Amino acid sequence: MSGKHINLTLKIWRQNGPQAPGSWEIFPAKDISTEASFLEMLDIVNEQLALAGKEPVAFDHDCREGICGTCGCAVNGRPHGPDRETTLCQLHMRRFRDGDTLVIEPYRARAFPVIKDLVVDRSAFDQVIQAGGFVSVNTGQAQDANSLPVPRNKAEEAMDAAACIGCGACVAACPNAAGMLFVSAKVSHLALLPQGRPEAAKRALSMVAQMDALGFGNCTNHKECEVECPKGISIRNIARLNREFIRAAVASTEKIPASGGGQ
Amino acid sequence: MQLDSKIPGGPLETKWDRHRFDMKLVNPANKRKFEIIVVGTGLAGGSASAALAELGYNVKTFCIQDSPRRAHSIAAQGGINAAKNYPNDGDSIWRLFYDTIKGGDFRAREANVYRLAMVSNLIIDHCVAQGIPFAREYGGLLANRSFGGAQVSRTFYARGQTGQQLLLCCYQGMMRQIATGQITMFPRREMLELVMVDGQARGIVVRNLITGEIERHAAHAVVLATGGYGNVFYLSTNGTGCNVSAAWKAYKKGAGFANPCFTQIHPTCIPVHGPYQSKLTLMSESLRNDGRVWVPKQAGDQRPPQEIPEEERDYYLERIYPSFGNLAPRDISSRAAKLMCDQGKGVGSTGLAVYLDFADAIKRLGRKVIEERYGNLFQMYHKITDQDPYEVPMMIFPASHYAMGGLWVDYNLMSTIPGLFVLGEANFSDHGANRLGASALMQGLADGYFVIPYTMGGYLGGTRLSEVNTSHPAFGEAEAQAKARTEKLLGIRGKRTAASFHRDLGNIMWEYCGMGRTDEGMTKGLKLIADLKGEFWQDLLIPGTDTTLNQSLERAGRVADFLEFAELLVTDALARRESCGSHFNEAFQTEDHEALRDDENMCHVAVWEYAGEGKAPIFHKEPLVYENVKLSVRSYK
Ligand SMILES: Cc1cc2nc3c(=O)[nH]c(=O)nc-3n(C[C@H](O)[C@H](O)[C@H](O)COP(=O)(O)OP(=O)(O)OC[C@H]3O[C@@H](n4cnc5c(N)ncnc54)[C@H](O)[C@@H]3O)c2cc1C
Ligand code: SF4
Ligand code: FES
Repeated sequence: MSGKHINLTLKIWRQNGPQAPGSWEIFPAKDISTEASFLEMLDIVNEQLALAGKEPVAFDHDCREGICGTCGCAVNGRPHGPDRETTLCQLHMRRFRDGDTLVIEPYRARAFPVIKDLVVDRSAFDQVIQAGGFVSVNTGQAQDANSLPVPRNKAEEAMDAAACIGCGACVAACPNAAGMLFVSAKVSHLALLPQGRPEAAKRALSMVAQMDALGFGNCTNHKECEVECPKGISIRNIARLNREFIRAAVASTEKIPASGGGQ
Repeated sequence: MQLDSKIPGGPLETKWDRHRFDMKLVNPANKRKFEIIVVGTGLAGGSASAALAELGYNVKTFCIQDSPRRAHSIAAQGGINAAKNYPNDGDSIWRLFYDTIKGGDFRAREANVYRLAMVSNLIIDHCVAQGIPFAREYGGLLANRSFGGAQVSRTFYARGQTGQQLLLCCYQGMMRQIATGQITMFPRREMLELVMVDGQARGIVVRNLITGEIERHAAHAVVLATGGYGNVFYLSTNGTGCNVSAAWKAYKKGAGFANPCFTQIHPTCIPVHGPYQSKLTLMSESLRNDGRVWVPKQAGDQRPPQEIPEEERDYYLERIYPSFGNLAPRDISSRAAKLMCDQGKGVGSTGLAVYLDFADAIKRLGRKVIEERYGNLFQMYHKITDQDPYEVPMMIFPASHYAMGGLWVDYNLMSTIPGLFVLGEANFSDHGANRLGASALMQGLADGYFVIPYTMGGYLGGTRLSEVNTSHPAFGEAEAQAKARTEKLLGIRGKRTAASFHRDLGNIMWEYCGMGRTDEGMTKGLKLIADLKGEFWQDLLIPGTDTTLNQSLERAGRVADFLEFAELLVTDALARRESCGSHFNEAFQTEDHEALRDDENMCHVAVWEYAGEGKAPIFHKEPLVYENVKLSVRSYK
C-alpha cells in the first residue's frame, strides 16, 4: 500500500467564534501521502501550523470511518468533497492531483451557525428529532421481538432510510438550506415499520413544523441533497414524507402545531 | 478500600430476582425529587438516561460530541447477542452465560454475567419496539448470524451498522425525554472533576468546550458511562475522542480501577499504512462467518495472493482450531496472526498483515449475497485501501479495540465511591480477560436499560443524602483544581504537540505491552512512559487559549491522563503472573503457544487504589468464586 506524495494549496475559512468576522487564509500542504485521508491531511497541516506558532484549524471529527456524522465541511463547494457517498473522513488524498488548490469552508446554512473555523452548530437536528423522531415506548413495555413479523423488503427500506448519519451535508448542499432529506429519512424509517405507525401522522406533522420553525428553508426539488448525501439517502424519502404529511393533514385528527406547518 | 461485590446469595438463576425484591424502592412521587447526572451518551449512558427519565428521575446528561447521537457506540458494526434461541440451534441463557464466562477466560464474575445473559432477551424486545430495522428473514422474522467464540447463531444485526441503529434509537428515546423536560442535555462538555461531599459522589465539574467556561453540576448520584480506553495505544479502532479521563478522575478521587491490563486486540482491522495515520478501521468479526484467514505456507513468499495455489496456503485458524475455525475468539485469532507474521509469513508491503479471503464464499453464495451481508464493510475497505475485496483478498492485522478493564463496580454497578455508578465499557464487570464479539452492545444496554433503573432506586431509597448544591465548598475546590490544571498545561509553552506525545505513547504501549508481553519489555516500557511523561510536562505546546473552542487543549488533557494511566496498565500487566485471555505474558504459555492460566494464584480481579501523586498504587484483590462452572482449559480446538 505504498502511495505517492503530492503538494496542494489550501484556501481555508478561518473564523474565531460565532460572532467574529471570518476570512480566508491560504496555506501550502506539502508532501501529502495519497494514502492519507482528508482529515489526516488536515492533521498534518495542523501539526505544522502549531509548530509555526499559529492556531490549528478547528474541525469536527470522531469515528473517522464514516458513521458518526461528526465530520464535514465543503471542499471546492461540495459538502464532504467530490466523491459520491463518501464522508469527508473517508475521502482519500489519492482523489486529488499534485498542484491542486482546495477551497475548504464550513457548512453554510441559516440553521447551522458557525462556531469556529470549520465547526458548525447542528443542534437544530436534535431539536427536530425531539419533535417526534421516535417511537413512544418505555423500557420494559415491549412484547417478544418476533411477535410482529415485518416484511423483509419493508425492513430493508426502513434500514436504507435509517442509515442517515445526521451530518447536515444535505442542508449545506441545498440552495434553500432545507432540512427535508434529513427529516424525511427519519419519518420514512419509522413510518415503514409497524412499530412506528401509531404515531406516524403526529410525527410527520410535528417534525415538519419544527423544521420550519428552526429556520431551515423550503424544499423546491433541487435534488442536490441526494447527490451530496454520503449515505445515499434517496429523495424518494421526501416524496414519502410529503405523502405522510398530506395524509396526516387531511385525514388525521392530529392538529398541525401552530409554530409551523405547510411546506 | 473495601471491596464488597454485594453478590446476592442463593442459586445463580434467581439471584437477580431476589435482589430486585430485596432492594429499596423509591415511590413515583419521590423520584422527581432526585437529580441524577449521567456522563456519556453511548449505549450505556444513553439507555441509562432514557430509562431513568422514563421512571421520573430528573436526569442531566453530558457528552463530548456536539450531539449525543455521535457517541462511539455508533461505530459498532457486527451485532448484538441475545439468548433468544430463535434459530432453534441449542442456545439458552445458560449457554450464553457459559460462553461469555469461558470467552473471558474465567476471569469474570458469575453472577454479573448470568444477569447479563438473562436480560439479553429483553434488550432485543425493547430495541424492536423502538423501531430498530434489524435484519429479517423472508418470513418477516428476525435473522441471526454467528460470532466468534460461539457455536450457535445468536447475534442480531442491522447490516454492518448495528451500533448505529441501536444508538440512534437509544438517542431517540433520550430526545423524547428531553422534549418532556425530564432530561436536560449538555453536549460539548468534558468532565474534568468528580465532586465528592461526605464521601459520596454528588456532582461534576465540566468544561464547556465551546466557550471554555468551567461549569458546576450537582446531583444525588453520578453515573459514568464514558466508554473505553483503547486509545492508550494511540492507533485503535476507537473514535478519536475516546479517552480515559473521566474514569481516571474518578480513580484519583478513590474509585478502584480493575484489571487495566485486559485490553482487547481485535484480529481484523485494516493494517497500518503510514506514520500520519490517525486510526485503524475495524473490519467486523462477522466477516469471519464467510471469510477464510490465510497466509502463504512459505515464509517470505512475495507472490500476489491470486498466484499462490491452494496447496501452498495455510488456513491456519482452520488448521489449529478445527472446531471453531475462522470463528476462534479474538484473543486467540489475534495472537495466531502475530505468530504467523513473527514467522515471516505476513503479507503486504510491511509483512504485518494476513489475508481474509472471500473467494470461496462468493463462489458458494454468489456476489449478491455477500454484498447484502457485508456491502458497507467491503465498500469501507475499498475506500481506505483502494483495493476491491470482491476481487482480491482483504489484508487485515490486529489492532487495539476494546477495554475489558475499567472502574471496579459491585453487583449494583456502583464503584468503590458511594453514589458513583459506572456502566458500559467504562466498568470492568462482565468480560473477564477477553470479550466475545457482539457482547459489548449487549452489556451497555443491559447496564443502562435493565440494571441501573433498579439499583439506582436501591441506592437512593436506602441512603441518607444531605442537601447539596453547587455553592458547596467541594465544588469550589474541584473547580479550582480543574482550572489549575488547565493553566498548568497552557503554561508549559514547549515545542511538541499533544498529538505527537500521544503517538509516542502508543508506540511504547504497542511495543512493550501489546499482544505479546514480557517482564523485561514491560519494565522497559514503564521507564519509557515515565520519561515521556516528564518530557510532556516540560515541552508541551498548546496553541490558542482556554476561552474558545480549543481542540489542542482538549487533546492535551486527555493525553496527560493517558500518560498516567499507561503506567497503571503496565503495572497491572506485570503483576498478573499468568497469561489469560487478552493478557499474554510470554513466560506463561503452553507448548503450542496458548495462554497458561494460574487458577490457584491468579483467579481474582486486580483492583488498584490511588495512593497520591508519585506514589505506587495500592493493590487489592477480589477473589473470583466459581460455584456453577468448572474452570477448564479454554479450548477451541
Ligand atoms: C469499531 C468498533 C466496532 C464495534 N463493534 C461491536 C459489535 O459489533 N458488537 C459489540 O457488541 N460491540 C462492538 N464494539 C464495542 C462497543 O461498540 C463499545 O464497547 C460500546 O459501544 C461502548 O459503549 P459505551 O456506552 O460504554 O461508550 P461510548 O459509546 O464510547 O460512549 C462514551 C460516551 O462518553 C462520553 N465521554 C467520554 N469521556 C467523557 C468526558 N471526559 N466527559 C464527558 N463525556 C465523556 C462520550 O462523549 C460518549 O458520549 C465495537 C467497537 C468499535 C470501536
Ligand atoms: S440525509 Fe444524508 S446528508 Fe443529510 S444528514 Fe442524513 S446522511 Fe447527512
Ligand atoms: S468522523 Fe465520523 S463520519 Fe467522519
